[in-house]
Amino acid sequence: MIETFLNIGLMHYLTVAAIIFTLGVCGIFLNRKNVITILMSIELMLLSVNINMVAFSAYLGDLVGQVFTLFILTVAAAEAAIGLAILVVYFRNRGSIEIEDINRMKG
Amino acid sequence: MIIAVALFYIFSFIAVLSAMMVIASKNPVYSVLFLILAFFNAAGLFVLLGAELLAMILIIVYVGAVAVLFLFVVMMLNIKLSKMKDSATKYLPIGILVALVLFAELFFMLSSTTKTLNISPKVAKSTVTNTEALGAVIYTDYIYLFQISGVILLVAMIGAIVLTHRKREGVKKQDAYTQITRSKKDTLEIIKVESGKGV
Repeated sequence: MIETFLNIGLMHYLTVAAIIFTLGVCGIFLNRKNVITILMSIELMLLSVNINMVAFSAYLGDLVGQVFTLFILTVAAAEAAIGLAILVVYFRNRGSIEIEDINRMKG
Repeated sequence: MIIAVALFYIFSFIAVLSAMMVIASKNPVYSVLFLILAFFNAAGLFVLLGAELLAMILIIVYVGAVAVLFLFVVMMLNIKLSKMKDSATKYLPIGILVALVLFAELFFMLSSTTKTLNISPKVAKSTVTNTEALGAVIYTDYIYLFQISGVILLVAMIGAIVLTHRKREGVKKQDAYTQITRSKKDTLEIIKVESGKGV
């Protein structure tokens, strides 16, 4: 039993990534306050995916996983910039970023 | 060896804890700061896995640019903290249910597949550093993807500027278009003035 805790393997990294991903999903569900926290939850989920990618890349000895992590980071940065810009425009128009208020489109 | 194990547990424990605090804290400024802490610890995990370049990119690009952007936006929009305390508990049961189901699925799937996969860590014994190896792959095999990611960043930059730019009334500003399209005959008039008479 103690052997599984002391021998750090692929499973340990994947478990950490799974916990962080679940926390990100949980954050989207629990949060009814503002959109910024939801964007941060999305960042957490992307981070956990990156941990997965790097762990597999290290344990399979294949560098492609790290290349794709680089691209995921790029796209995540672009997504964060666009999301925050939309948020700023929304706040300028409505004066609030609470999720309960975002119902103009009645979706 | 034992130091690596201890470091793994420290990094992962703090990362999970700060991820929890990101979604739990009431003040969005604290959330951003805990997100930065989570990024730092994930960078530590990357270093343990031998991906130094990605760890540095995560700290420089993510903490240096994206998280600071988050912090900037949080501080720019003044959000009323008092209004947003009530409705968090309404969605607590369904959130915890979804999280538990998702985590159980992920855990059982991972544990079953990694047992059958049975992979051992492959330590790079070559003299090439991680950064050098990544560069050799990125600039040759994945050059198109690399260029496209640059274009994605450009599009994001233009999009963010177009979205947030606004015209304000009453501000004197240089307008290059009207300056260039001005012609001589609209603005300049040559009058022959006879001597002894005014204009």
